[in-house]
Amino acid sequence: MTALPSYRPRVHPLWWARRRAYLVFVLRELTSVFVAWSAAYLVLLARAALAGDAEYAEFRAFAGSPWVVALNVVALAATAFHSVTFLNLAPRAMVVRLDGWRVPGFLIAGGNHSAWLAVSALVAYLVLRS
Amino acid sequence: MITLQVSRYRPGQDAEPVFQDYEVPLRSDWAVLDGLAHIKDHLDGTLSFRWSCRMGICGSCGMTVNGEPRLTCGTFLTDYGEGPIRVEPLRGFPVIRDLVVDIDDVLAKLAHVKPWLIREGEELPLTAEYTQTPAQLEAYKQYSMCINCMLCYSACPVYALEPDFLGPAAIALAQRYNLDSRDQGDRFDLLATDEGVWGCTFVGECTSACPKHVDPAEAIQRYKLTAALTSVRNLLPWGRS
Repeated sequence: MTALPSYRPRVHPLWWARRRAYLVFVLRELTSVFVAWSAAYLVLLARAALAGDAEYAEFRAFAGSPWVVALNVVALAATAFHSVTFLNLAPRAMVVRLDGWRVPGFLIAGGNHSAWLAVSALVAYLVLRS
Repeated sequence: MITLQVSRYRPGQDAEPVFQDYEVPLRSDWAVLDGLAHIKDHLDGTLSFRWSCRMGICGSCGMTVNGEPRLTCGTFLTDYGEGPIRVEPLRGFPVIRDLVVDIDDVLAKLAHVKPWLIREGEELPLTAEYTQTPAQLEAYKQYSMCINCMLCYSACPVYALEPDFLGPAAIALAQRYNLDSRDQGDRFDLLATDEGVWGCTFVGECTSACPKHVDPAEAIQRYKLTAALTSVRNLLPWGRS
């Protein structure tokens, strides 16, 4: 069979700016970089804390420098955005049935957000109690 | 009257699509498809577009209306105020002529996922019935509502960027059979691939574009979970079948 002659449009480099949903998606993907940074920062913190007072003091000096504080403020906002948008998508991947009744999406998303807040509150309590 | 800015592409005449304006009557009961039919019948008989049922069942009249993938039979002129309304072919597909796109690739992908009931072992006689409970029907019914209009493919940036991606409708169709209690098929090797569910980055626009509320994004994410669990099970010595 002979292929029909056709016009094949090129994908515009700014395709992601064409629609709000695409933009939110790309932002969510980009914030993964800050999620990775937050994880690496936590590992560095734990390593310094386990290495002794000198190492920990050195890490605190590093963490207190203006650019690290600024970076972590941005990372906090980015990871919060990543988490909220990620958890909002959870109902699309989870079909939960209780005795035949399909649990609505807002309850699944709400459950995920509640669990996230509870774990965050627990971690904050453990870290800040001293 | 309202202006329709219609994308024209005439092979051999146009190097790339160009827009042509047409004035059509603005009637409250007219859909964009009625406007295109008016152009075809009264203004310019050379305009080409697909249509059939005019009632949102056949899935033939999908086009891009003011940047959004829509069924033109269910998109009304009055939804766009005084206009103009820009009508283009579905994005992500090669354009054959005017508003007609080449859908062979998607049709091949739909067939690729083995969209039929697969039975293993002894077959029941042809007179036998494969009964289902209402709950078993409900498990896959949503995914059986797809009309192959391809709006989901047009909304999917992954398909536009990676044409090998199996795509939303084909994976939802596979799930329609995977979740059918009468089906005994194994579509793991077809779906758990980079071109299958793992190619999906979960933009979610396929579901927003679907006029039949099939929710292909949900179908894909659900199979990702199934594929991940199956992969883990296959790694375990006692999990291999």
